Order: sequence, then structure tokens, then C-alpha cells
Amino acid sequence: MSAIIQVDRVSKSFGGVRANIDISLTVEEGGITGLIGPNGSGKTTLFNSIVGYHPIDGGSIKFRDLEISKMLVPEIARLGLLRTFQQTRIYGKMDCVQNMLISLPHRKAKFLEMFRRYSSEEHERAEALLDFVGLYEKRYLQSGDLSFGQQKLLEFAMALMNQPSVLLLDEPTAGINPTLINGLIDRLKRANSDFGITLLVIEHNMRVIMNMADHVYCLAHGELLASGSPDEVQNDQSVIDAYLGAH
Amino acid sequence: MNLSKPALYIVLLVVIVAAPFLLPAYKTQLATLWLMIIVAMTWDMTGGQMGYNSLGNIFFYGTGMYVAAVITIGMVYDVGDYTNAAGGGIYAFTETQYFTGLVLGCIGAGLFCALSAILIGWPTFGLRGPYFAIGTLGMAIAAGELVSNWEWVGAGQGISMPNYPGDFETFKLLIYFIFAGVGVVLFIFLKWLYTTRFRSAINAIREDEDKAEAMGLRTLTYKLLTWSMAAFFVGIAGGISAFQLIHFEPLETAYQTINLGIFMVVCVLLGGKGTLWGPIIGAVLFHVVKEVTWNYFLGWQWVALGAIIIVTVVYFQDGLMGWLKHKRPEWFGIRVEKKDQIVTEPAE
Repeated sequence: MSAIIQVDRVSKSFGGVRANIDISLTVEEGGITGLIGPNGSGKTTLFNSIVGYHPIDGGSIKFRDLEISKMLVPEIARLGLLRTFQQTRIYGKMDCVQNMLISLPHRKAKFLEMFRRYSSEEHERAEALLDFVGLYEKRYLQSGDLSFGQQKLLEFAMALMNQPSVLLLDEPTAGINPTLINGLIDRLKRANSDFGITLLVIEHNMRVIMNMADHVYCLAHGELLASGSPDEVQNDQSVIDAYLGAH
Repeated sequence: MNLSKPALYIVLLVVIVAAPFLLPAYKTQLATLWLMIIVAMTWDMTGGQMGYNSLGNIFFYGTGMYVAAVITIGMVYDVGDYTNAAGGGIYAFTETQYFTGLVLGCIGAGLFCALSAILIGWPTFGLRGPYFAIGTLGMAIAAGELVSNWEWVGAGQGISMPNYPGDFETFKLLIYFIFAGVGVVLFIFLKWLYTTRFRSAINAIREDEDKAEAMGLRTLTYKLLTWSMAAFFVGIAGGISAFQLIHFEPLETAYQTINLGIFMVVCVLLGGKGTLWGPIIGAVLFHVVKEVTWNYFLGWQWVALGAIIIVTVVYFQDGLMGWLKHKRPEWFGIRVEKKDQIVTEPAE
């Protein structure tokens, strides 16, 4: 396995708050990498830095050896590096199928393609992926009417529709009915194994992350605290202290 | 439904063609109605479909007027000399010169406005929500002030267009049919455009622009193209108006921010944003109400207009079509989960 994302000594401050301090991590191609840490430890800030939401103060972020820390959000997305949001974001007044269709990749889109209709293959793929996440029955409902958990599933399906090479998931199981979490873990794993999408996952649910990830990084107070296999990180005393608040 | 649709369009077409003959005294009113429809439909492209409420579309109307005038006059005479004489009947135009000016002037106005939408959109589309509205409004006001100080195009005095070489009633009929033709072309164009992926893209920008960017959409390209297409048609409408009005001046006729600039927004709000028919229905309703109050309640017309705006904004925020969409979603192909339906969770 080779590194697909290389974060090297990245720092980011918001005024006096140092959200990320000299963080270095590597996401291996084809794997599932976990990112954990207590609330406010800088996980989402790191995500935002990677996908280009804000400029970083220092360090470098490379995607397949291409420096992306100075690129804009849509440019990075078109490279195949996509993220989902902690607060689910979908197009509320459009139905699920339309939400899926507009998520088709825009990497190679030529000018005149803007004025074409969607092909029946594209419709079929949208419906197949909605079926994959279990929303097939609801495909013609306005997505804004779906429950929060269903919207999360839709957002996940939209990300798959975009055929990214790396998917950054910000708390994919937060707000989802616990009985559905196993199904979601299974789907995330299948997205990784069947569709070959590299995953970088922020997650608070330890059961989920320990089940899925092959490598876990733990942040606390903006610094990288520990990294290693799920077992190593789980048993690391500094990680336990960070979560339980020891000094 | 499918059988009745072509029939409906045929009936509409017959009405459009017959209207100026059935109501010969209202030819100019009907022409103005088409102007309202054109500016409302184009306003809805950005305001309704894309979620960018522009208050500056009147800029393209005024600019269209001036471009059409400058092209028409400039092909025959020196524009500066012509405006200096304020028309004055010294400068005559042959029939050929008039009609060449009419055609090339209007097309030129459309193209010029389409291009200027891209140039102006570049900086202004960085603004969102109310900031975009105020930014574009400022641009339209500034343009009016600049033009009213520009001697070459007649400054505050405006420009007198050449007179129509023929009978005045025929002239009114001609203007009506040019407006109607542009309106019908615009309708067909939008009906087609709204079936393509272009519409999904601008709707996605309206729903959540940050998400659209995160999914890799070239949002700026879509925004510039949409505004540019709208500006093209508004520019043409401005060009036709220049010929229709014969004389126009910068602040009250061309860059009339508080009249037509606001009317087009009210039409769309009244009819329903983000729908194909909403702006048309809104424009018809608005124009009828406006003309009735102007004629029969003179002195109270602005009060009536204000009342309409208040009632629409407070009680019918989604306009007539939006209200219908809410009451009868199935008419619009929207499916709603029935309350008594058993909610099935996604299968494991």
C-alpha cells in the first residue's frame, strides 16, 4: 500500500485558538483510516484543511504527491477527494434521485455537457446506489422530508455517486439509530472493498471505529496524541487519559 | 394530460396572435405585458432557480436601450453630433436604415449585455444573499448616474430614436409582435433548459452552494452563464423598448431601478419563484392590477402596489405557484409520504 494523502506538520490557528499543531499523518491507499479524539481536539479542522476550506498556517498536504494545501474546495473535489459533513448537507427541495444525479463527478465534464439530459444509465446508477444505502423506496421523496439518519445515508450515497478515490467522512454514524449502525458499518466497509474507495473517518463511536479501521490516529488539544492499530490506540494510556480527562 | 398539453399551447398561441387585433386600443399595453413577462422570467433564472436575488437586472434593460440606440444611430451618423442636436428631425433615416438598426441594434444589445453580465458577475458573484442584491442594485444605480453624465450619449437629456417609417398603428403592432416573439423564444428556451442538467446544477447552488462546491461543481461558471443568458434576453427587451418609446432618458426610463427594476421581482414573488409558469402568471396578474389601479384609483396606485407586496411577502411567500405546489404537490410531480403510511426503515 502507498500513501494517498500525506499531511506533514500542518498547523492551523483561529485567533488565539491553536486548533491543529504540527500534525502529520498518512492515509494509505485502499485502506480505512480512523481519526478519533475528544470534542474540540481539532479533527474537523484537520478535515477542513485537507479539503481546502481554509488556508493552513504551515505545513504541507499532499494528495498523490500533488500539493493541495493552496487549492480551492471544488478543485480538490474534482481530483477525487471528497468529504461529507458532520451536519448533513443535502439539497432539501430536490428529490433523492435528483440529489444523486447532480452528484455525478464533474472531473471530466466538458462545456456542452452542462446542457445534456441525464442518461438512463446515470438514472440506473443513481437508483442502484440508493438501493445500496436502503433508500430505494424513498427515491422520489423530497430529500428535506427524510429523517436525519436517512439524510446521512443519502449524503453517503451522493458521495459514492461522485466516484471519489478518497472519501473523508465526518462522524458518519452520529445521529443514526443504533440498530442501523451495523448496517452502515457494513456499507462503509463495502464501499471500501467493492468500490475501492479509500476512507478517512472521524468517529466518536469507538465500537464503530475499532471494527472498521486498519489504522487509527488520535488527536487531543490540537496535537497528535497517538497512532497505530486500533488495539494499540485503544490501550494507549495517554488516549484513555485524554478521553477521561486525566492530567 | 399529455393530450391536452399541445392543445393548450395551440390555444395560447392563437390568443397571443389574436390579442392585438381583438383589443386594438390596448396594443401598447399588451406589448408592455410581454416586457413584464420577459423581465420576470429572466429574473427568475437567477432569483428563483439559482437563489441569487439580483436587484440590478434593470442594468441590462437600460444598457440594452443605449446599445441599440448607439448601434442604430452609429451606423448612419456620428452619435455625438446626433445627440447634440437632440434628434430634432435634422437627421433622417431611410426605411432600410431603420429596420437594419432595429434588428442589429436589438441583437447587439443582447450580446453586449450577455458579455457585461459575465464581466460584472465575476466580482459580484462573490457576494451572497442580501449582499448580492445590494451589490447589483448599487451597480445599476451607478450605471444610471454615469450614463446621465455622458455627453456622447445625450447625458441626462437622453436619446431620441428615429421615427418608424410608416403608419403608427402598424408600428405598435410590430413592437407587440417583436416583444411576443422574444417572449415565446425565451419560454421555449427555458422550457428546454430546465430539462437539462444545467437546471439541477443551478438548483443545487440555490439549495446549498457550499455543498455543491464540495461536490466539485464549477459553481462560478454556472452562475455566470445563467446571469449572462438572462442578461441577453433583458438586453434585447431593452433594445425593443428603446424603439417603442422613441425617446428615453437615463434615470427614469432606462435605468429605472425603482419601477421596472422592482416590478420584475414583484411579478416573480407574486407568481412563484423557481417555476416555469410562476413568473408569467405573476407578470400578467401584476400588470393587470397595476394598470387597473393606475387608471381607476389614481393617487392610490402606489399604496395598492405596496399592499400587494406586503400581502405576498407575508401570506404567500412562495407565490401563487408555490401555494399550489403546497396544496397539490402531485400536480408538480412531487411525492409526499402519506401520514398513515407505515414508515419502513432501510432494510439491513
